[in-house]
Amino acid sequence: MSKKKKENKKDAGKKKKLQLAFYWAASCGGCEIAVLDIDEKILDVVAVADILFWPVALDFKYKDVEAMKDNTIDVCFFNGGIRNSEQEQIAKLLRKKSKVMVAFGACAVLGGIPGLANVTNKKEIFDVVYKDNPSLDNPKKIVPKTSVKVKEGTLTLPEFYDSVSRLDHVIDVDYYLPGCPPVPDLIMTAVGAIVEGKLPPKGSVIGPLKSVCDECRFEKSEKKIKEIKRIYELDKFEEKCLLEQGVICMGPATRGSCEARCLDANMPCTGCGGPTPNALDQGAKMISALASILGIEGEENMSDEEVEKLIEQVVDPVGTFYKYGLPSALINRRVDK
Amino acid sequence: MKDFEPNIIGFLCNWCSYAGADLAGTSRMKYPPNIKSIRVMCSGRVDPIFILEALKKGADGVLVAGCHPGDCHYQSGNYKTNRRIKLLKKFLEEMAVNPNRVRFEYVSASEGAKFATIVTEFVDELKKMGPNPLKDVKV
Repeated sequence: MSKKKKENKKDAGKKKKLQLAFYWAASCGGCEIAVLDIDEKILDVVAVADILFWPVALDFKYKDVEAMKDNTIDVCFFNGGIRNSEQEQIAKLLRKKSKVMVAFGACAVLGGIPGLANVTNKKEIFDVVYKDNPSLDNPKKIVPKTSVKVKEGTLTLPEFYDSVSRLDHVIDVDYYLPGCPPVPDLIMTAVGAIVEGKLPPKGSVIGPLKSVCDECRFEKSEKKIKEIKRIYELDKFEEKCLLEQGVICMGPATRGSCEARCLDANMPCTGCGGPTPNALDQGAKMISALASILGIEGEENMSDEEVEKLIEQVVDPVGTFYKYGLPSALINRRVDK
Repeated sequence: MKDFEPNIIGFLCNWCSYAGADLAGTSRMKYPPNIKSIRVMCSGRVDPIFILEALKKGADGVLVAGCHPGDCHYQSGNYKTNRRIKLLKKFLEEMAVNPNRVRFEYVSASEGAKFATIVTEFVDELKKMGPNPLKDVKV
């Protein structure tokens, strides 16, 4: 602490600005946009904070981060899951340099959509991407290698892993900000709490304790469905709970905070908020909820074949129930023999 | 592999299946000791999470047993569990876990013999499948 004070002498009289860093790993970049989605409030953030590292927006090099003293960064917002060795390495580096590490967005918190690749592995992905795709022109069947010797020397690439993991599988994470991407209000809540130093206990998910249904505008009544439909298959869209209309909506198994925005656009929740508090496995909770209401009418007279037919309507359980959270599920990757 | 003894977690409903298992015991019926029984008030109490967690923590098989259709003490718990397990099996299949590692059966309080047969069969089946591969799966 005393050392820090000495450093601060240079800016004597000025209040020390918050030192922030942003990083993206296995993600789409949407979370980066979400940071800018706080609109003009970004100016408030810049007024109280310096950005030390943000590869998507500003030109920094890894060696700049390596040169920093430990704990130089006050808060690091990390989005994206861990898909290759570079991402893991930078996550570990940023952890060392940051006082507070925030997993930002569904990919860092849960594994995210890239995490669905856990139903396959490196070999299969490389085969599709570099070898067996009909539109490819790769007669020598060249695939990326971690190191290649050329005349000029050795070229290296990060190692591509078999599985995607979430951020806290590789480093210690202080706070979680779920959502795909996190909504501006949630980001502002988090930034506000950091600026004022009013942070919740370590390990907290920043977000409400209730499910998406609690924030959803549709009226809800007793649920019983016979048939699963996709939105476009509805004969007539009614102003009521989508689950009651036969559309699989992950709302009951998903943590709110999004103000049910997808539902506002008449689209079902797909579960980016992650499991509700104390639920171990989001997908399993939804399997339970959906199976309870599907075919509930006349269940006592239903033959096993009829039940089988009902269940067959769910075409892709992993993609439906674990769209954002496969790496966080109890069974988080396919078994490879 | 010869010595492989499967580890089975059994969730048995209080009103029918647990009593059925009890009857198998009091009637001195023989069945393999591989099953660890957990009494639940209703098969409907068995959350798919319980099953996934059992598998994740190394159980080779999970048996859920409840009342026959129409017999549920709480009217409809067994119907719901039947559907839940069918849907869960679809998920397991996608993750390349043999769905036959999870089994749902109707066992009434008078079916001690049926319970013994089911456990014997299940143990044989699991022995053929071999140990649960999930134990070695790491992300």
